[in-house]
Amino acid sequence: MSDTTRRNPMLMMGKSAAITFYLTFALFPLYWLLKIALTPDRLIFTEGTNLAPSEITFSNFTSVLFKTDFLSYFGNSLIVSLGTAAVTTVIAAGAGYAFSRFHFSGKKIIIAVMLITQMFPLLMIIAPIYKIIASFGLLNSLSSLIIVYTAFNIPFATFLMQSFFDGIPRDLEEAAMMEGCTRFQALRKVVIPLTLPGLGATLGFVFTAAWSELLFALMLISKNDTMTFPVGLLTFVSKFSVDWGQMMAAGVLALIPSCLFFIFIQRYLVQGLTSGAVKG
Amino acid sequence: MARMEIKNLMKRYGQTEVMRDINLDIKDGEFIVLVGPSGCGKSTLLRMIAGLEPISGGEFLIDGLRMNDMRPRDRDIAMVFQSYALYPHMDVERNMGFSMEIRGDDKIKRKQRVLEAAKVLGLENLLSRYPKELSGGQRQRVAMGRAIIRDPRAFLFDEPLSNLDASLRVEMRLEIARLHKRLGATMVYVTHDQVEALTLADRIVVLEGGNIQQVGSPLELYERPANRFVAQFIGSPTMNIIPVSPAKNGVTLANGTKISLSDMLDLNAAAELGIRPEHIDVLPYGTGDFDAESEVVEHLGSDTNLFVRVDGIGPLMVRVHGNVPNQPGDKIGLRFQLHNTHIFSADGQSLGQRITLAA
Repeated sequence: MSDTTRRNPMLMMGKSAAITFYLTFALFPLYWLLKIALTPDRLIFTEGTNLAPSEITFSNFTSVLFKTDFLSYFGNSLIVSLGTAAVTTVIAAGAGYAFSRFHFSGKKIIIAVMLITQMFPLLMIIAPIYKIIASFGLLNSLSSLIIVYTAFNIPFATFLMQSFFDGIPRDLEEAAMMEGCTRFQALRKVVIPLTLPGLGATLGFVFTAAWSELLFALMLISKNDTMTFPVGLLTFVSKFSVDWGQMMAAGVLALIPSCLFFIFIQRYLVQGLTSGAVKG
Repeated sequence: MARMEIKNLMKRYGQTEVMRDINLDIKDGEFIVLVGPSGCGKSTLLRMIAGLEPISGGEFLIDGLRMNDMRPRDRDIAMVFQSYALYPHMDVERNMGFSMEIRGDDKIKRKQRVLEAAKVLGLENLLSRYPKELSGGQRQRVAMGRAIIRDPRAFLFDEPLSNLDASLRVEMRLEIARLHKRLGATMVYVTHDQVEALTLADRIVVLEGGNIQQVGSPLELYERPANRFVAQFIGSPTMNIIPVSPAKNGVTLANGTKISLSDMLDLNAAAELGIRPEHIDVLPYGTGDFDAESEVVEHLGSDTNLFVRVDGIGPLMVRVHGNVPNQPGDKIGLRFQLHNTHIFSADGQSLGQRITLAA
């Protein structure tokens, strides 16, 4: 049946058209971001809907980099995102492993509670979180963001890691333990190397989530020197005007670490690492 | 090397008791096969021996030492898994030498041992390959090599051949038999394949529903099954079971044929008669104990399987050695070899193994 589908030219064209449409739809905003970043200020409104600017400038980028606090926002975001990704992944890996491999009393309740935490709209809990952070004296600190982001990402990251651990046959660990490993050695020498794709995926997911988070950053951070990048973007919006060119240039720059991060981890995301472990 | 004693062993999952009162003595160097249908507890028992499954009650000893609370790594037992459980991120050499690596053995010594074992198993050209680049048979060999290299007190096999195709299975079966002969180590082997059980075992343990049904040598189980379950489980094709009623000095089949039996225990309890297909003689029509009509004839070359129908009894299977000219629809006479007839009570217990014809 797949043969006839493949040979039908109409279906082939339809498939290509659908993919093209989807890609255009998904990538067009990114193109627009880049386009406006490269458009000189004076042309932004006159050439508003043209697909390409008649003139290109890099002045938006230079002024963002050298005349604003962008680099400091950027650094703060990097610290927060990397910190959150690292802490979350370590905790989620531990919890996911426990859920995947051990039976303990209260396991179902813990899983249920973790699911419930995902059901609340974030807006509902902003005020209590603010109070808690304030009473610890952590307002306007990057560590407050790391703590909050970690707390909110752990449930999903845990379930993600659990599914990766579930995908590794128990036999492998048991074989390692029969061969003289302690459970921890089996984990370190056999399970972790095989879970690298999972760890990579979790790191990437949490990093991106923390990188683009605005709501909590806006609430918990009000000082310029601890602002993260999404909050910093808002500084381009003043009372009477929006500096579109610089805002977009900052946006383009902010995409770079996300892209780099995914290029770096994508080799761990390649699946099929466990093929050949079991069965003939 | 290793003598194992299993005393009143019990396994519970929560409140559910899955095995009870398992008692078994495994002699040093003995090849024991645990066999039974799926869910009978054979793998659970093996995993309790390995230390991968906690023991809920009773005792397990190796060479007189209590093992109940010992970790798998401290029991010094090697195990070959059904899935082979090769580490996919390590090449064959590291897979085989992993136990020595963990033990912290010298690298040169490790390399040497791996090479020795690889030669025995014909793997010396594959040492730098990864598991995914190996065929099923080669993976199986690596898994065995990994076990041999440690020189353990005992070997456990958990259905090691069930993922291989038929011809490879025969080959690996021989290899395991050779391995046992060469190493003389205690081996415990789980399978659901009775051919593996009969060919490999010094003694077979038949399990069903978490209970040991019978322990004995392959021939003992074949010739003197303790109950109907063992009788039907061991031997291929399966034993015919025919309902009977007790009669004076014998039993009566449902079609009225009287089978005269003497030196039986207590025939009053007789409920079923068991006879293996190869223990029924085919005679010309009208000259046997009773007559039958053949329905299907299978020519296997060395043997011929006849599926026959007997009025008042139902279908029976008969195996005749060699090639016979019988065709479907032929009328034939049948006679039971009385010394190979088994009688079971209503609850399936054997009432005596060998029966001789009364005058």
